[in-house]
Amino acid sequence: MVPLIVCEDLWKIYRIGDVDVQALRGINLTIDRGEFVAVMGTSGSGKSTLMNLLGCLDQPTRGRYELDGLDVSTAKPDVLAELRNRQIGFVFQNFNLIPRTSALENAQLPLFYRGVSIKEQRRQAAAALQRVGLAGREQHYPAQLSGGQQQRVAIARALVGAPSILFADEPTGNLDTASSREIMDILEHLNREDGITIILVTHEPDIAAYASRELIMKDGQIVQDVRRASHLSVVT
Amino acid sequence: MSAFVLLTVMTALRILSRNRLRAGLTMLGIVIGVGAVIAMVSIGQGARAAVQAQVASMGTNVIVIMPGSTTVSGVRGGQGGAVTLTINDAADLKKRSPLLSDTGWARRDVMQIVNGNRNWNGPVNGVSPSYLTIRDWSFMSGGPFTQADMESAARVALIGQTTLENLFDPGEEAMGATIRIKNVPFQVVGVLAPKGQSAQGTDQDDVIFIPFTTAERKVFGSQFLGSVGALFASTEESADLPEAVEHIRETLRARHRLEPDQADDFTIRTQVDIGKVQESTSQTLTVMLFAIASVSLLVGGIGIMNILLVSVTERTKEIGIRMAVGAKRMHILTQFLIEAITLSLFGGMIGVLVGIVGARLTTVIAGWPTMISLDAILTAFLFSLAVGLFFGLYPANKAARLNPIEALRYE
Repeated sequence: MVPLIVCEDLWKIYRIGDVDVQALRGINLTIDRGEFVAVMGTSGSGKSTLMNLLGCLDQPTRGRYELDGLDVSTAKPDVLAELRNRQIGFVFQNFNLIPRTSALENAQLPLFYRGVSIKEQRRQAAAALQRVGLAGREQHYPAQLSGGQQQRVAIARALVGAPSILFADEPTGNLDTASSREIMDILEHLNREDGITIILVTHEPDIAAYASRELIMKDGQIVQDVRRASHLSVVT
Repeated sequence: MSAFVLLTVMTALRILSRNRLRAGLTMLGIVIGVGAVIAMVSIGQGARAAVQAQVASMGTNVIVIMPGSTTVSGVRGGQGGAVTLTINDAADLKKRSPLLSDTGWARRDVMQIVNGNRNWNGPVNGVSPSYLTIRDWSFMSGGPFTQADMESAARVALIGQTTLENLFDPGEEAMGATIRIKNVPFQVVGVLAPKGQSAQGTDQDDVIFIPFTTAERKVFGSQFLGSVGALFASTEESADLPEAVEHIRETLRARHRLEPDQADDFTIRTQVDIGKVQESTSQTLTVMLFAIASVSLLVGGIGIMNILLVSVTERTKEIGIRMAVGAKRMHILTQFLIEAITLSLFGGMIGVLVGIVGARLTTVIAGWPTMISLDAILTAFLFSLAVGLFFGLYPANKAARLNPIEALRYE
């Protein structure tokens, strides 16, 4: 079977003023379907840049990136949008919900751009909210929800389109310990029970511990790639 | 796509209703522009209809022939000063020109008219019976005098509404009454239906008609028998007017023995000429108001563009989120365009209402006639739609071209 993600010598160079900043310097990476990968590293190590590239939000300066067998390194913006819509779900540190818009409508968003009927959008979004334990909160606005609940709406939004990969960029960075646990439990459940590939960016070791594979980045390169049989031994 | 459009319209409405004051101020330019267009077209069309009614009140397809001026010892008389036109000209014109359905003539003078203890100074017209038909006069009571009255120079009179009001007490029977014109007794045999103002603004109902022969022999007196104040002719079709005018000119020049290098000793005017003067006045007004409306719509459009640019900046993060979950450029573009169009269409709708109310108020307060036209409403509506599209395009395109990562990071 083709691996879900294949990166070959991926470079990303930003030009800031007169200086070239090499954010990624030759990344080679293969991720299979169903993996739970944690990307760790200090700030500036290039982990967010990598996630943006893998999440089809950005394109590499050099190198090749294949998602599900499709070369996306030179794809057009609308093709990338289509891929984000069908294959990818995002969960961000600051939730990134649309303000003054109900939880249900936030969760509907990916389907909205897929041309699904309004009735079907609502049905699937309600089901996704139920999966993250927010049944009954459909009409709440983000401001009326706690941080943990907001992040769960964000997860519902990431899930609703049945993506194959879920990118989580510091999903617990703005949450207390209890809420963090809830969120990580949901992600773990999605990985184990639904087989969704999860790529998690974090700098907290106890959060990274949920993953079955750990990548450590430094100066735009992957310096360590560790697989674990189970995370449970690490947590306890 | 339809679900997308529907939801986008709903979102646009919600966003606009959230910032009602801002949306209202943004729409103001469009409201004023569209309102001005509607009001202006209503006033313009009302004025045109009034002019057309006035021109029509002259009669249908009327040609007026006035005598030229005289020069006595170097002093020139005004138009109609000469006595170059005669009843024989009229008879000959009718005989020679098959295009003319009828010809008539009239001579007028202002006289003192007396009824019992009331009197009035007004125009008295000596006319041929055909004149009444050509000018399309109708009667409230009684009827026109006849050819027999004409031949016998009968002392009969037809009176207009204004004259009637000035000579008779309210409720007093005018028909059959005897009035005196320059001390000659006349019997009233007809009361004319009102015609209102002429295209020149004179009161057409301030009038008395008596047979031409009676006027000539018993009231006005005449140096040259048969000379008239003006000749009148009519054609069956208005399309025949220009040709008939040329024909009349040739015939009259021949009859008056004018050399080719001599100027006409008469002037010919048709209804069309008279209507043109009025139309050009109302057209000047229309062009001016249209300019104001265009400027207002332009300013309104710029207002919409401005507020959308602010909105794009304010909602940069939202745009980033939408892009992250798979919105294509087209989606973002459509969303902001729909917001622009919603703003301008709402502005347009309110503008239509303002315009209608404005037109009505103009009628009520200033007494100008107005006519609200459906065409104008539709045009204004389409125009506001176009303004929304045009001025929404730049901000919408700016939003659609945002980089998703930068948009997401925007705080």
